[in-house]
Amino acid sequence: MTIPNSIAITPELVASHGLRPDEYQRILDLIGREPTFTELGIFSAMWNEHCSYKSSKRWLRTLPTKGPRVVQGPGENAGVVDIDDGDVVVFKMESHNHPSYIEPYQGAATGVGGILRDVFTMGARPIAAMNALRFGAPDHPKTKHLVSGVVAGVGGYGNSFGVPTVGGEVEFDPRYNGNILVNAFAAGLAKSDGIFLSQAKGVGLPVVYLGAKTGRDGVGGATMASAEFDESIEEKRPTVQVGDPFTEKCLLEACLELMATGAVIAIQDMGAAGLTCSAVEMGAKGDLGIELNLDQVPVREDRMTAYEMMLSESQERMLMVLQPEKEEVAKAIFVKWGLDFAIVGKTTDDLRFRILHQGEEVANLPIKELGDQAPEYDRPWVQSTARAALPASQVEAPSDYNDALLKLVGSANQSSRRWVWEQYDTLIQGNSLQRPGGDAGVVRIEHHPTKALAFSSDVTPRYVEADPFEGGKQAVAECWRNIVATGAEPLAATDNLNFGNPEKPEIMGQLVGAIKGIGEACKALDFPIVSGNVSLYNETNGVAILPTPTIAGVGLLPDWQKMAKIGSAKDGDKLIMIGTDGSHLGSSIYLRDILGRIDGPAPEVDLKAERRNGDFVRSTIRNGQVTACHDISSGGLALALVEMAMASGKGMKITLTDKRGPAHALLFGEDQARYVIAVPADLANFVQANAENAGVPFRALGTVSGDRVIVDTLIDVGVADLSKAHEAWFPAFMN
Amino acid sequence: MKSAVVQLPGLNRDRDMIAALTKISGKAPITVWQTETDIADDVDLIVIPGGFSYGDYLRCGAIAARMPIMQAIKDKAEKGVKVLGVCNGFQILVEAGMLPGALMRNSSLKFVCKEVKLEVVNAETDFTRAYEKGQVIRCPVAHHDGNYFVDSETLAGMEDRGEVVFRYADGTNPNGSMNDIAGVMNSRGNVLGMMPHPENLIEMAHGGSDGRGIFASALDVIAATA
Repeated sequence: MTIPNSIAITPELVASHGLRPDEYQRILDLIGREPTFTELGIFSAMWNEHCSYKSSKRWLRTLPTKGPRVVQGPGENAGVVDIDDGDVVVFKMESHNHPSYIEPYQGAATGVGGILRDVFTMGARPIAAMNALRFGAPDHPKTKHLVSGVVAGVGGYGNSFGVPTVGGEVEFDPRYNGNILVNAFAAGLAKSDGIFLSQAKGVGLPVVYLGAKTGRDGVGGATMASAEFDESIEEKRPTVQVGDPFTEKCLLEACLELMATGAVIAIQDMGAAGLTCSAVEMGAKGDLGIELNLDQVPVREDRMTAYEMMLSESQERMLMVLQPEKEEVAKAIFVKWGLDFAIVGKTTDDLRFRILHQGEEVANLPIKELGDQAPEYDRPWVQSTARAALPASQVEAPSDYNDALLKLVGSANQSSRRWVWEQYDTLIQGNSLQRPGGDAGVVRIEHHPTKALAFSSDVTPRYVEADPFEGGKQAVAECWRNIVATGAEPLAATDNLNFGNPEKPEIMGQLVGAIKGIGEACKALDFPIVSGNVSLYNETNGVAILPTPTIAGVGLLPDWQKMAKIGSAKDGDKLIMIGTDGSHLGSSIYLRDILGRIDGPAPEVDLKAERRNGDFVRSTIRNGQVTACHDISSGGLALALVEMAMASGKGMKITLTDKRGPAHALLFGEDQARYVIAVPADLANFVQANAENAGVPFRALGTVSGDRVIVDTLIDVGVADLSKAHEAWFPAFMN
Repeated sequence: MKSAVVQLPGLNRDRDMIAALTKISGKAPITVWQTETDIADDVDLIVIPGGFSYGDYLRCGAIAARMPIMQAIKDKAEKGVKVLGVCNGFQILVEAGMLPGALMRNSSLKFVCKEVKLEVVNAETDFTRAYEKGQVIRCPVAHHDGNYFVDSETLAGMEDRGEVVFRYADGTNPNGSMNDIAGVMNSRGNVLGMMPHPENLIEMAHGGSDGRGIFASALDVIAATA
């Protein structure tokens, strides 16, 4: 039977597709007639915020994306960076925020699946994953359910697929009560001459559909992700896709096997807006038209309309352009792995995107314009109001430092995330050198005797809220710093920008400020952005999330035997702080979690100091002079020290002689560009002399010894007590 | 000694296993695909690695246990060839009836990946002679369904005959297994199934090499790797 394509286009229908009247007029002007129902769906999929970046594009263009090691910057499925010896690392981070709030397990699982697919679509075998998760207040009625579902979903997909999860973040803040964040990162390894792109080449070649069958799941998902939430949220559950990691694992093996045969000309995974986005992308990039015959698309439900097939976000699907003479080889590989393989169309020379269904042409659109002519907005924005300075003298000291410290290490945001990462397979592939719990995850490169990669994901949303520009800088700097703390050279990063409704000038101002800050820091640190994703409209009933531009970076260790870890200090080692004394308590964890105040500016990031101090720490690690290293971030020096103590199980005796400024600022200040290093006692003077020569500020702190953390007469607390508090919060919360 | 690693859709620690066998014996194992019906005569050790065969969408290992290769493995086992199943491989051996018992969902109902302690209960087997009886070794686990169960009568017999080869030690049982069972073998002593992953603890990069002994024993290269 014939399924009609003749639904009347009304203003209401246009509006329900997330298209504004002026955007609809643009469509009419572009095609010179009223679109069909299927065409309207295609436009709504291509022109929504999620796929078109129409609010952010203008600002994203300002980010540095090039560098001597950058092989492929933004615009493909993932970024590609040279790591010597003909090896490249392929990586990207992407959000799955809206679906994860609606259906946490499947939302998170398909977020992981989507990013893994982005990586292996380019010909890379995934070797590491991370997840930056942000939830509402612990006491919010939905939070436990969301944490439980998201963590199980991330693990359920990644563990079955077989990629180690080596890092990430988990944070709580009431500002995420109505919109949680699930930012999934994946990295893969390929050879520099084995990278596959989405650009189709050659006329009249077969367009092949591979992987799982198409169903009705996820129809309109990308449009949903481009809108705010309200009470009708439960109605959106059918727009969330369902993940099948088993099929994805088979798809990975089949794709890599097929790529090795030389049969693949172009490949694109079906992510947001499925068949529509992938086909348009392949054609438009190759200056070719695409003709699809939907009668050939493998479907798992009856009577699917052209509209549904074009907008389905069913998972684990790929589109390829193949060498025609290798068709049989390709088919045999997919049959072996039990996957669908169907020729669903061909490339043409007319630059049209034509869709045939049951003998009828249901869409015929100009393919280049579908992507290129998407609306682009220069949305009005206002600069965030700067917060007044908050000198340490206006912040009271804790009445009892031991209590404050125990409270911080056992708090919702600073406690151990073991409950989370023990549900992730952190070991699979046998290459994990540093697992979650340290500064960065480290994975060695298979078949290379010494090389390894370091991964970290960071952002401090409370800083971005206080000052989008400094906060944007800080997110980049902290990611860079965490990578440096292992001894790795930071190479490049991916950004995942999560914000509220960009149609509000103050939200747009946060986005603009953060991007400017990210750009400035990336330039100063030679840390280009090679891929990324923007998630806007993270608002519920008009309340936006904290501005959260997550930065995930990759660094290279030429010799992993020389890497530094957080917990490897030995008894008798000297502890040295690299960087200036702590003084900045504005927007700090101490202020928020001990004094209950949200106030004061974000710390400024001196990028010159960041680079100088980081370069010094890295060279000291590589010279084999560092036994343990940890960056100083949230919670300041005090938290960095106790985190090192808990990780090693060893105590320390610290003396803060010659105090400049109040002790609570020295201990809890969140000034940037700082590290704590442990060095063998006989090297301490030498390392300090080197620091002095390099113009790097430092402070000798004390000695690793005993089983208590002792700081002058202020702090004296057992490492076991700290660990107990640190490990207790999460399991108790989830029980 | 020649070894073979079985490959099935959804298994994902096959590469880890191939790397471990290669590093320990100096010789890469052959791989056999699920639809094969024969395994080369000179293979002395067949390993079914871990993963999520067929997604574990049915009972873990249930579909894999019915693939053609399993008949070939049974035939070889009957001839005395050594068979080692790790994690999903253990579940497959149980589903194939080659080992007694069942592996239920972890008592926590969660996937668990962490390091545990294993007591070598029986060091007089083809898989454990590199260890001492009662030795406690470190070993990682990574599974969702490792909670071993068997009826009490069978269990008593297994314990008597030394067929419980590994036990979680020092209170580290991660899944609620009865008698803290981590690994069991058949009565003949040539088929071993275990939930923990010795292949992920065999070298300095892994932070230790406690898992080596199982492969060194099974591959008969104890002296070479000691």
